[in-house]
Order: sequence, then structure tokens, then C-alpha cells
Amino acid sequence: MTGIVALYIFMLAAFTGYEVIAKVPVILHTPLMSGSNFVHGIVLVGAMAALGHADSGLEKTIGFIGVLLAAGNAAGGYVVTERMLEMFKSSGNRPKPGAH
Amino acid sequence: MDAAAVGLLIQASYFVTAFLFIMGLKRMSSPVTARSGIVWAGAGMLVATLFSFFEPGIGNYPLIIAAIVIGTAVAWISGKRVAVTNMPQMIALYNGMGGGAAAAIAAVELYRGEQLPLTVGTLAVIGGIIGAVSFSGSLVAFGKLQGLIRKAWRFGGQQFVNLLILGSALVLGGMVAAGYNISPGMVTGFFALALLLGLTMTLPIGGADMPVVISLYNALTGLAVAFEGFVLGNAAMIIAGTVVGSAGTLLTQLMARAMNRSLGNVLFSGFGDTGSTVAAGEVKGSMKPIEASDVGVMMAFAQKVIVVPGYGMAVAQAQHKVWELCQLLIERGVQVRFAIHPVAGRMPGHMNVLLAEAGVPYDLIADLDEVNGEFETTDVALIIGANDVVNPVARNDKSSPIYGMPILNADKAKNVIVIKRGQGAGFSGVENALFYLDNTRMLYGDGQAAVAQLIQAVKAV
Repeated sequence: MTGIVALYIFMLAAFTGYEVIAKVPVILHTPLMSGSNFVHGIVLVGAMAALGHADSGLEKTIGFIGVLLAAGNAAGGYVVTERMLEMFKSSGNRPKPGAH
Repeated sequence: MDAAAVGLLIQASYFVTAFLFIMGLKRMSSPVTARSGIVWAGAGMLVATLFSFFEPGIGNYPLIIAAIVIGTAVAWISGKRVAVTNMPQMIALYNGMGGGAAAAIAAVELYRGEQLPLTVGTLAVIGGIIGAVSFSGSLVAFGKLQGLIRKAWRFGGQQFVNLLILGSALVLGGMVAAGYNISPGMVTGFFALALLLGLTMTLPIGGADMPVVISLYNALTGLAVAFEGFVLGNAAMIIAGTVVGSAGTLLTQLMARAMNRSLGNVLFSGFGDTGSTVAAGEVKGSMKPIEASDVGVMMAFAQKVIVVPGYGMAVAQAQHKVWELCQLLIERGVQVRFAIHPVAGRMPGHMNVLLAEAGVPYDLIADLDEVNGEFETTDVALIIGANDVVNPVARNDKSSPIYGMPILNADKAKNVIVIKRGQGAGFSGVENALFYLDNTRMLYGDGQAAVAQLIQAVKAV
């Protein structure tokens, strides 16, 4: 990937992130923050590459910690976001109060 | 398959991942599709992770697998177990882990001691410092919300010291990036300073401002991931990291605006500290108590009731009881709505999650702009566990530290009932003028017990 292409990707992705969030209602701020927290768990693939190419003991140790942390970011982010979003239901999806 | 074909396959998998992430985030921004959004994003993560195992030239598979298994298991279990009230600090913790991982990638690249091209080295250093600050800063945020760190830690000239640390880290990092006499000691020093900066930046910020800080670090982690993506030539990391970086920045601004604070104000001033003593304004009048049975009658025969929940309700675990009470009222034909202030709970939207947990349909929940015009035609406004967000001094008392913060106009309702444990000021330490108004009555007691009494009272009508 050449530098200028990477720069284009950077710019377009920045606009995408802005547009995707721009119209979000307040009620979804916390789940969305948690969801985007999950998305940067993609750092896992980078950490895997770093550990995969590590040679010395120091590099391996740091790489191991990196993969460990990244996996925690991805897994924890997913579970917490999923639990939050699971709760969002409209009154159409559930029996009306009092209706038996 | 030859290496070129495998490389192409991995690139293709990252393309799919980037698509799934963006679609997932898009779906998460509407309550109707939100549930499926995280599943889409999750699928993207799975695809990228699986294909990354086939990257040509990597080894250390036992270490990689062991780290993934341990990290996933610990985070998965803790994420499943955490109570909904404590989710904000878990987000902080997981976010810090991501920042730490980005810093670790930078560290592996820099410790290797090979001369990196200047741009690559610079990006590794910038990503490293941002990631390390996000890591230690998020840990402090976690500690504060979890109640492990209780005091805001301040001293004179703090901003200057922070600037000094940042400057030194940048100088060391610049030397490492430029390949000037690199020694492992310099790299270590660089990361130590960056981690220290995260601590000294976050420790002075009070607990009330932590949500904004967590959101900011979330955006920063995204940026760090994007920068390390440049270093590794990994498009999935660049795209996902940048999307989170910009979305997170916007989210941070929205949150700060909802609290009527600027980001600079949050980061560089002391307000928001739970321990600070703010001079309480003089409030005339007295608080007038009321019995639960009277409130029950009042609500049962009301046309319209608006419930204003605050974090106190969540702490008392009263949201299920509150919803039970509201269902009784709805059965009687009372119009019920929930009014949510943008900063109710510990994060914008946190209260909605708590109410959703109790089973309240989201179409009964209204935000500030939607509901504020309705208080004037409301018979009963039931305030439970909320304080500063309904304090009318924010509208009219220029000397008050919360002056200018948008509030819910609960004081405009015909009757205001405040459920409160005792007499005391809110999170900001500001006396609440609402409690002393002529149309306000205080129902003292623990949130859950008080609402249980109200349920009995409404049933008895």
C-alpha cells in the first residue's frame, strides 16, 4: 500500500465514521460507544502479526501481552455491547401491559 | 497455495471485515436495527481474525493461540457477569486494553531496533504514545468509576508538568523515529513517559466527567489502532481505527455538549470532582414531606405522569419496581412517559439501557427536547434519584456552577414528587431549588422501598 493510497483511505474512513454516527439518537450513545470500542478490537489482527514476527524474548513477551489485551478488548467489547442492545425492544415487540 | 494468493485472500477478508464493521455501526445507530448491528460487526471480527492466522511468514502459533484464548475467556466472563450499572467502567477497561495492544505493537516494532523508514517510525511513535496514554488513562477512569480511586489528585502547575512530560516523550519518540542512536533504554523511557502522561492527565479529572473522558480515550484508541495499521500496512486496522476515531470524537463532543461543557473545560478544569465543595446558593422555603398513600391517589387519578429517573434509581435497583408502578398506571388509563436527561446515569444513554433492562419499551422514553414542552400539561412529575438535571437554578442563577446546563423542566408540572433518601445536595454539590418549590413534595426513603409503597397505594385505590 503506497502512502498516498493509505492517506485516501484515512480521509474517507474519517468521513464515514462521522456520517455513520451523525444522526444517532441520545438513547444509543452508550451502546454505540461500546460498539465502537468493540470495533477497534481489530487491533487483534495487528497484535497477532506483531507476535507472529517476534524473535527475541522481549519482543515475544510484549507481543503476547498485546494479543492478550487485544483479545480482551474484542471479546469484552462484544459481550457488553450485545448485552446492552439485547434490552432494546419497542412496545410493539412485547405484549401490551395488562393484556393477558 | 502460493504466498501471493494467500496475501490476496487475506486482503479480501479485510475488505469484507471493513464492510461488516461499517454496516454494523450503521445498524447500531438506530434502535430498531441496533441488535443486529453488533452481530454484523462481530462476524467481521471473526473473519479478520481467522484469516490473519494464514499470514505468510508468521510463527509463534502456540503463543498467539494461548494469548487469544486467555484474553477472550477472561473478558468474555467478566463482560457477561458485570451488572448493567457497572458497564461504563467495563467499557473503559476494555478500551484501555485496546490502547495497550496498539502500544504493544509499536513497542515490538521499535524494540526490534531495525531502522524503520521515517514516516513509518513516526507513525509507530505517535500511535504508541496515544495508545499508551489511552491505556493508563482508561485504567484510571475504570478505577474512579469502580470507586477504587476516590480522590481527584491535583497540585499547582499540573498543566505545566503534563506539558513537560508530553514534551519529553515527544523528544525521545522523535529521536527513536529518526533512528538517532536508538537504544532499548530510550524506547523504554519513551513508553514509561507516555504511560505516566495518561495517569497525570486523568487523575485530576473528577468522577462526574469520566464518561466524556472514556469516550475521548475510545476515540484515541481508534486513532492509535489506525496509526499502527499504517505501520503494519493493514487496511482493516486503518479503516476500523479511523472510523472509530472520528465517530468517537463526534460522540465525545455530543456528550460534552449534553453536559454544557467544552472538552477543554473537562480536561483542564477541576469541576466534576465529587469531593469538591461548591458554595451552595441560598434557597428560600422549606422541603415539604408527603406520605406514599397520598402520592398513590394523586398518581392514580392523574391524566399524565412523567417519571424522571436518575442514577439514584439505578443504585437502588428500583427500575423494575418503577416499571411495575407505571404498568399499573397505564392500565388505569394514565398517560405515562419517562423523561431522560442526556447525562442521566453515568453516561449519555446509560439510563435508557437501565430502563430497557427493566422492560420499559423505548417508545415511552423521551429525551429532553421531546419532553420539556410537556411538563406544563403534566399532573405529576415523579423524580426518582435525579437531582442536578432538574435543578431550576441551572436556568436562572448565574452564580451556580451548573448554570447554563440544559435541564428537564420538571418544576413546571402541577405536582412534583421527589423520592429521596434524605436531605442532601446532588453529585455536583449544588443545593436543589426544586425541592423547596410550593408544588413540590418530598417522599423520603430508599428508592425501591418507596416505589413499592407507591405500588401498594395505587393498588389500594
